[in-house]
Amino acid sequence: MTNKVFMSGNHTFGEAAIRAGCKCYFGYPITPQNELGEYMAANLDKRGGSFLQSESETAAINMVIGAASTGARVMTSSSSPGISLKQEGLSFLAAFEFPSVIVNVMRGGPGLGNIAPAQGDYFQATRGGGHGDYRMPVLAPGTVQEIADLTYFAFDLADQYRTPVMLLSDGMMGQIKEPVIFPSPAKNLPKKEWALSGRGSGASRYMASLILDSLEMEKHNWKLFRKFNEIEKNEVKYESYKTEDADIIIVAYGTTARIAKGAINRVRKDGVKAGLIRPITLWPFPFDILKTLSKRIKKIIVFEMSMGQMVEDVQLAIGDKSKIAFHGRPGGIIPTPIEFARFISRENQKLKK
Amino acid sequence: MKLKNKWPKYYKKDVVTHYCPGCGHGIAHRLVAEVLEELDLGKRAIGVNPAGCAVLAYNYFDVDMIESAHGRGTAVATGIKRARPDLFVFSYQGDGDLSAIGTAETIHSANRGEGFTVIFINNAVYGMTGGQMAPTTLLNQKTTTSPLGRNPKRDGHPLHITDLVATLPGVVYAERVALDSPAGVRKTKKAITTAFQTQVDDLGYSIVEILSPCPTNWKMSTLDSFKWVSEVMQQEFSVGVLTDKRKKEKKGKKEKK
Repeated sequence: MTNKVFMSGNHTFGEAAIRAGCKCYFGYPITPQNELGEYMAANLDKRGGSFLQSESETAAINMVIGAASTGARVMTSSSSPGISLKQEGLSFLAAFEFPSVIVNVMRGGPGLGNIAPAQGDYFQATRGGGHGDYRMPVLAPGTVQEIADLTYFAFDLADQYRTPVMLLSDGMMGQIKEPVIFPSPAKNLPKKEWALSGRGSGASRYMASLILDSLEMEKHNWKLFRKFNEIEKNEVKYESYKTEDADIIIVAYGTTARIAKGAINRVRKDGVKAGLIRPITLWPFPFDILKTLSKRIKKIIVFEMSMGQMVEDVQLAIGDKSKIAFHGRPGGIIPTPIEFARFISRENQKLKK
Repeated sequence: MKLKNKWPKYYKKDVVTHYCPGCGHGIAHRLVAEVLEELDLGKRAIGVNPAGCAVLAYNYFDVDMIESAHGRGTAVATGIKRARPDLFVFSYQGDGDLSAIGTAETIHSANRGEGFTVIFINNAVYGMTGGQMAPTTLLNQKTTTSPLGRNPKRDGHPLHITDLVATLPGVVYAERVALDSPAGVRKTKKAITTAFQTQVDDLGYSIVEILSPCPTNWKMSTLDSFKWVSEVMQQEFSVGVLTDKRKKEKKGKKEKK
């Protein structure tokens, strides 16, 4: 199946995961990501894996821990409230250094919120919603094709650094249908010498996050820290769109980045030179490119489907808050390109004054 | 004469126990290790230890082990068994872990008939945190969080989780035993053997509840605590086989073939 197929984002997460060698999927129903679990139920066992609908989000993430401990490629998925329930497990996955892929198809919140697309989980995803000192790579696809590519990539990244990886998406990306070409199925998965498989004739091993000796715990923390530094150094991904001649730079990810592109093309017709930096990795965040661009750019506009979360990372990157303007729509509202275009034009007018 | 008391192969040597004097965990650990050896399971075993007194079980069991978050032992075990059905998987959990914070995982893994074995240590208190009331605490039993004794109107009644689990069709073998005497120890070993064999035969879920003394938190001498297991605890939690569907499962398997 190297041909182009027409597929929803949620189904694409599933198909790409299976092709990447995902052997186990554990999940609990929650809208707007149910099609992902259903896709796995229909396809994973047929193709040599194991699908299980768990009794809870908590159970699902702990099943992920169990499967990951054996070295199997494993995925779980949920939407915002369910991801909150998984946070304890994410902290354990980071502590154990177990490769795993977690999909969050975000919806409006806080609380039960609603089932419309939102980007309110940025802080939770990028700052580590679970307890303790850890980081987790967070990938934000902007098209269904990118869902396929990044899902495939997430498993490799997880194995390479022995870390949980989150794919941060939203209800719109999950439901939208687009043409997609899948990468060919993974053939040689990396050998995992560390994985548990019964001691056989060798020495027994144990996996524990409990380190009662504070000095040993600190050592483990610094070891993780060095790994996180490596990820920050090597794995930053972003898309640069019409930034070469831009006076105004938009920063947006996922769904909002798609809308921002429409807005940019609109304002460019009126001669406003706007461009886009679309972070693909939210952690590690593309600080450097924004810092570099901010030297010549007059205005940086951040669009989010939240009250403003990623904008704090942009502030960290640039340092100069007066250069940054923010426009956000929380609560499950999907802004229109016209709305964004108006905001860009207004900021452009202010620059001329 | 064959030396009966040899060191179990899958019990680590030269380790100093962290368990309190008179605690039942040491005996239960040893029995599990002996059965792992006798059924030749140690090489392909993965044990799941809980949060609680047995969080350090991997210091003693000389098989591959993984720690679980509080209450999540059977979810972790499910993940392992689903990824590697060829491995022998057991979880080792206490009463707070298995029947309070992990109730959902306990019930649902049992209801799915997951093919692993649960070793459930019931000592009627939270041990590691210092003797708080557990779901299994007896009526009128004094703990640090039921200082006047467990009051059913306020605290509910002792939870018979293994009896509950035994009613589920997916549970092939469930037995309650007590570490209260040499005879009790022998019966406990027999129960563990039967439960492990149930998994080896691929028949389904098995669980052994072990009533176990906790002299420190019961504030009793070792001897009194063993007596308490047999004279008081067993009044509430009667020992015996709670369900045994092995014959039926074996028959079903044959018919399938």
